[in-house]
Amino acid sequence: MARIIVVTSGKGGVGKTTTSAAIAMGLAKKGHKTAVIDFDVGLRNLDLIMGCERRVVYDFVNVINGEASLNQALIRDKNCNLLYILPASQTRDKDALSQEGVGKILDELKKDFKYIVCDSPAGIEKGAHLAMYFADDAFIVTNPEVSSVRDSDRMLGILSSKSRRAEQNEEPIREYLLLSRYSPDRVKLGEMLSVDDVQEILSLHLLGVIPESKSVLNASNSGTPVILDEKSDAGQAYADIVARYLGEDRPHRFIDEKKGLFGKLFGSK
Amino acid sequence: MSTDSQQNAHHSPALEFKSSTFSVPVLVLASNDAITIEQQLQEKIHLAPEFFKNSPLVFDLQELNKNDLDIDVTELINIIRKLGLLPIGIRGGAAQQNQQALELGIPIHSGHSTAVSSGTQKQQTPEPEATPKPQVVAATTTLITHPVRSGQRIYASGDLIILAQVSAGAEILAEGNIHVYGSLRGRALAGVQGNTEARIFCSDLQAELISIAGNYKISEDLNSAVFTKPVQIYLQNHTLVIKDI
Repeated sequence: MARIIVVTSGKGGVGKTTTSAAIAMGLAKKGHKTAVIDFDVGLRNLDLIMGCERRVVYDFVNVINGEASLNQALIRDKNCNLLYILPASQTRDKDALSQEGVGKILDELKKDFKYIVCDSPAGIEKGAHLAMYFADDAFIVTNPEVSSVRDSDRMLGILSSKSRRAEQNEEPIREYLLLSRYSPDRVKLGEMLSVDDVQEILSLHLLGVIPESKSVLNASNSGTPVILDEKSDAGQAYADIVARYLGEDRPHRFIDEKKGLFGKLFGSK
Repeated sequence: MSTDSQQNAHHSPALEFKSSTFSVPVLVLASNDAITIEQQLQEKIHLAPEFFKNSPLVFDLQELNKNDLDIDVTELINIIRKLGLLPIGIRGGAAQQNQQALELGIPIHSGHSTAVSSGTQKQQTPEPEATPKPQVVAATTTLITHPVRSGQRIYASGDLIILAQVSAGAEILAEGNIHVYGSLRGRALAGVQGNTEARIFCSDLQAELISIAGNYKISEDLNSAVFTKPVQIYLQNHTLVIKDI
């Protein structure tokens, strides 16, 4: 049975698109046929992060309007042949999306794909609403600072009251916390909320912590999801997250300060 | 001395009778098994210990007697008292049960059951042993078990019991009392229709705003001594009193 995952946050700039790209790539690399959809109509970014911006012919809105078939619009990823990208339209706005149209596309994708990752736009308006409406699982991306945490909390409220599962009284959406741009050094200095602080406010299952890392920016600029950079800490963090989501038991990393060479060699916690 | 006070008493009456209506939880029994009753009552109390602490209670035997299930009233009263509730009446009892209750100082109330409780009880009576759910909480009580997130708003026309946290930016309103057993970080407004007797109980006070019958305090006005503490909040002479519990 296919599962629809929404990557959402409320606040902008916390790493939703980076996360969507990494998670989708991670799932595909694990052998699951995965589609990732950019819901940020008008501010299309996912294609850049995935490095397929020069291969976009048709987009999400074209498919909704019946101007193209789903197969014409889906772009196969150049690194992994189990991963497909459905880009957003840059020339339209979010009103071009309709609940019925989105539902129809997701239903069609569900027949063929194991995982469908929906990259939500920021905010709580139509685009974000439609990205989460059909979801089975939600990845809440939060930065360790108060406004991001507050917005995530707001988004959790919307997930539990305005989603399809909530409206039809089905089992609620499974919610997972992803804490991104985490910097243990700054937490220690009191400049950032700690993992425990965030968990206390949100009381949510922690799927993983992604450390602040320059490899994320490098990956975005080069158009390769950071999870493919296996040497980077952020890449490893996303690999852990995908593994945990798929049921593997992996200890949390990147929560404590960086260790010296000695600590690294012996991998002690 | 004694004659003086007697004379005073003749001039101004020392007492008068007034009629007053109270809202009291009614325990409707669907099983006569003392162990099951005690166990399930204990579970209910566990959900809201403050609400039930020393709460008056009327027990209703109408359903039992309808199904010809006999119960030892003395034992029942002992169970109720043991769990910290104060039985103040019996309803729907048979003659002998009423007599037993009277002997223990429990007054008899006429046997009218509310439509709501008898209705819900009906569905459960076919197999009283399988699902006997004593209806303890008044029908107007709203119970919320999931976190109330930022931006969400909950309104209860009676009492409101929340077993999870209330996030900053959330708003909970009740015409009656409010109980919050997680952290209270949002706004809590009790007695919103003007009930000055309403109270707010919470196990971790970090609220943005608390209000009873329109009298409010904002987070800034909260004393640091009560912040993050388990407290009750009530109204005294139009002033909010925050007391630890």
